[in-house]
Amino acid sequence: MKRTPKDTEASARVVSRRGLILGGGMAAFSAVLTARMRYMQVEQADQFRLLADENRINIRLVPPSRGLIFDRAGVILADNEQNYRVVLVREDAGNVEDVLARLQKIIKLPEEELEKVKEEIDRRSPFVPVTVADRLSWKAFSEIAVNAPALPGVTPEVGQSRIYPLDEDFAHIVGYVGPVSDYDLTEGYLADDDDPLLQIPKFQVGKTGVEAKREHDLRGQAGTRRIEVNAQGRVMRELDRVEGRSGQDIRLTVDSALQNYLQVRLGDESASAVVMNVETGDLLAIGSAPSFDPNKFVRGISVADYRALLEDDHRPLANKSVQGAYPPGSTFKMVTALAALEDGVIEPDEEVYCPGYKELGRRRFHCWKRWGHGDLALVNALEQSCDVYFYDIAERVGIEKITAMARKLGLGIRHDLPVSAVVGGLTPTKAWKRENRDADWLIGDTLNAGIGQGFVLTSPLQLAVMTARIASGRQVEPRLVRSIEAQDEAPAPPPLDINPAHLQFIREGMYSVVNSGSGTARGSRVVAEGLRMAGKTGTSQVRNITAAERARGVTRNEDLPWERRDHALFVSYAPADAPKLACSVVVEHGGGGSLAAAPIARDILLQALYGGTPPLEAYPTSQRGTIRTRQKDLPLRDPSSFTEGRSRA
Amino acid sequence: MSYLEYTVKRVPSGASKILYLNWPLLVLVIAAAAVGFVMLYSVAGGSMTPWAEPQMKRFALGVALMLFVAMVPIWFWRNVSGLAYWLSILLLIGVEFMGAIGMGAQRWIEIGSFRLQPSEVTKITLVMLLAAYYDWLDIRKVSRPLWVLIPVVLIMIPTFLVLRQPDLGTALLLVMGGGLVMFIAGVHWLYFAGVFAAGGGVITAVIWSRGTSWQLLKDYQFRRIDTFLNPESDPLGAGYHITQSKIALGSGGFSGRGFMQGTQSRLNFLPEKHTDFIFTTLAEEFGFIGGISLLAIYALIIVFCVISAMGNQNRYGAILTLGIATTFFLFFAVNMSMVMGLAPVVGVPLPLVSYGGSAMLVLLIAFGLTQSAHIHRPRIRA
Repeated sequence: MKRTPKDTEASARVVSRRGLILGGGMAAFSAVLTARMRYMQVEQADQFRLLADENRINIRLVPPSRGLIFDRAGVILADNEQNYRVVLVREDAGNVEDVLARLQKIIKLPEEELEKVKEEIDRRSPFVPVTVADRLSWKAFSEIAVNAPALPGVTPEVGQSRIYPLDEDFAHIVGYVGPVSDYDLTEGYLADDDDPLLQIPKFQVGKTGVEAKREHDLRGQAGTRRIEVNAQGRVMRELDRVEGRSGQDIRLTVDSALQNYLQVRLGDESASAVVMNVETGDLLAIGSAPSFDPNKFVRGISVADYRALLEDDHRPLANKSVQGAYPPGSTFKMVTALAALEDGVIEPDEEVYCPGYKELGRRRFHCWKRWGHGDLALVNALEQSCDVYFYDIAERVGIEKITAMARKLGLGIRHDLPVSAVVGGLTPTKAWKRENRDADWLIGDTLNAGIGQGFVLTSPLQLAVMTARIASGRQVEPRLVRSIEAQDEAPAPPPLDINPAHLQFIREGMYSVVNSGSGTARGSRVVAEGLRMAGKTGTSQVRNITAAERARGVTRNEDLPWERRDHALFVSYAPADAPKLACSVVVEHGGGGSLAAAPIARDILLQALYGGTPPLEAYPTSQRGTIRTRQKDLPLRDPSSFTEGRSRA
Repeated sequence: MSYLEYTVKRVPSGASKILYLNWPLLVLVIAAAAVGFVMLYSVAGGSMTPWAEPQMKRFALGVALMLFVAMVPIWFWRNVSGLAYWLSILLLIGVEFMGAIGMGAQRWIEIGSFRLQPSEVTKITLVMLLAAYYDWLDIRKVSRPLWVLIPVVLIMIPTFLVLRQPDLGTALLLVMGGGLVMFIAGVHWLYFAGVFAAGGGVITAVIWSRGTSWQLLKDYQFRRIDTFLNPESDPLGAGYHITQSKIALGSGGFSGRGFMQGTQSRLNFLPEKHTDFIFTTLAEEFGFIGGISLLAIYALIIVFCVISAMGNQNRYGAILTLGIATTFFLFFAVNMSMVMGLAPVVGVPLPLVSYGGSAMLVLLIAFGLTQSAHIHRPRIRA
């Protein structure tokens, strides 16, 4: 089309003008960009530099290695082993399903576990590493490392995990560790603990036993590692590292060989036993049967296994030696006797007539021997465990003094041991009954308490403490931890506030129980000179045999179903003339103390005194055949299991 | 045709045209591309591969194309403007049918081993067409409603197609680029005032449409707007790019962390560090000094284009040169605003610097057009 020069000029003018306006606008906007750049890079540079460093540098905790637990000789009870595992970070993995499927080709995870892992991954923040598989073989571990490019977000790691080489023997004492749970942190024993280590997913903390009670000593202090990471969280390099402090080692008073013997000797019974040094209070063995393998809990116990443990009527998870509260039965008679002697309501040689029962108002309190013991003084009353004698002196001295004596001897007191669920038992008073049962104390309650029935409840640990105090005449306290890393021997505990002559009468009675012709535990005597044992049997009723049952002819324990049979108890110390060790044994629903509990106590004490299998000469001639068979058949641990653990530099 | 209507004293011809190139412009373009090579080398961790070397090869090819385009008389380009426009429209429709799927959006066509992005091409062909249209149009009719409506429709056709891909960034660039060409051509300013008013209304409508059945934007586009307005609301999600970019850029400081020392880029905190976010790396490693230097190169490119256009009596050449300069400006202004947190993340590369094939080739061809306009401008007086 034609355009006149005038038009052309006009057009050029317009374009030039508009071009200049536009250029001005562009210049203005460029100025804005410059200003913005200046603002960010000059004025706010420091702030951004700080943010950039935070972006770049991550602080990671280095978990300290957990303190080890040794027995008194240095045998390792809780160890740390190298553990190869793989962790997955969701945000780095991209398609989690895909990556897991590829990982499956290297390590076969059971379907159930895989589901658990996926759940955990979904639950956690995308940047938190979640352990996919644990305890890998070196082969699988290296295969994963080699295939890392095909497995985004998957990192092989070397960590430590807990192992209990003597598995079942120390399940109840040492306990076990497990991943810290929400419950632990909110309501459990770690609620006030703000250690950052606890924020690490699946950080292992003590769950029961010494592991839990001495968590703070064992855990140690976290180290820190400053690392440079990229946006994917991949570690580029380590900038520096502050070493943490390893947890403290703990040395127990327990002798692992004796502990093993004790556990094996208790066998399948629902039973517990405690062996204690009568001078120092060192617990040489403290076992509860049946037991379980704590390593299963560390590795993550299967639902089926856990249910089996829970549903077992022998309650393997309970630590019966400190947690079980049983009526002490006749083992309590020493307490009643001492209370009466100290109060002066009876003289040691004063005789009491036993017609087989004691009448109180219209009620008859029976002696276990229905036709009665006749006239008895203290030593004979203990020896034959005459109930009427103790009814009588209990009535004379009264419940408050009996209870005071019981507490003096360590009953009804919660002994402070670093194991779970230590019970205080019960030594009743009138006020206690008023408060808890809303009823007045009756004389009949006193009579029952006098023979260790009724309200009185004691744990095997307390019975061992009582026996040790009677044997040594000192206020021994039970001790489970020998020292934390350092050696220390506590000074001998102060003597008991009890007339030594009175104690001597009690010891005489306990000696007769085992060694005299009519003693209730004569069958469990030791014939080796200088190692003779003293003790006291006890049988505590779980419930009375009802009149109806009696009518049906049920009079003997063996006729009752297992869970209603009497508990068998036995407390003892040895050697009788120079006491060194005290031992208590409780066999739940075992029947009579003399038959079910005393032989176990004898075996354990002899084992401890000889430091190994005792010679048959220590046993009465008639029993040696049976003893030999038993010694041969006990599935004891190989002595090489107890070699001393490596000490840490 | 129209060229011959002017009183021409002398127009360069043959090989001597080389001497009449807009040399400062050529040098500035090469300088900008060189900055790109350096940065691509740096973000690859000090390596020519995978980005710097292919980029150099493409640039060499692009410069050759640019010189070829520059040698061809401008009137030829004016005459093929309409053809070029409709061809690019056809290509845009083509991606609808046979375009490869990339990054969730259909944007390119594979021609042999070459990936052609028609939306890039359209940015230039639209400017060519509009320049040709206003060169043809009687200047007295420029502001008449009917004659304003025609270019608006010509702008809306490719915009609509690009939006369908969907590529919001390019659509915005097309509208703004086309609108500014109309402004250059002298369309009355009241129209622009009206558009601004209408734009406000549209934005309101878009915001209101959210969550309704007639929602005007895709969810991810809404989310991008959200994160632009408040990037801290989602620092590890959608706001991640902006936040990380700002951190890297700001931490560069006045003089930067030094060549290849940018921790943020090096450690992969930056997304798309070789394409859309390359300016961040530059600003981190060379600081305010580096950033402003590149901005200066860009500004000078614009300045030389404006000078060239103002001295050009040829209406097509002048409008085309200013239009291309404007498009170029929009590229870097939007990109820089984005990395500095002044605009939402819309996926516009930094011109001549970002890694990318068709964008750079198209841009170099466009500069070839301005060179052609410059060489073949009418010389009224000696």
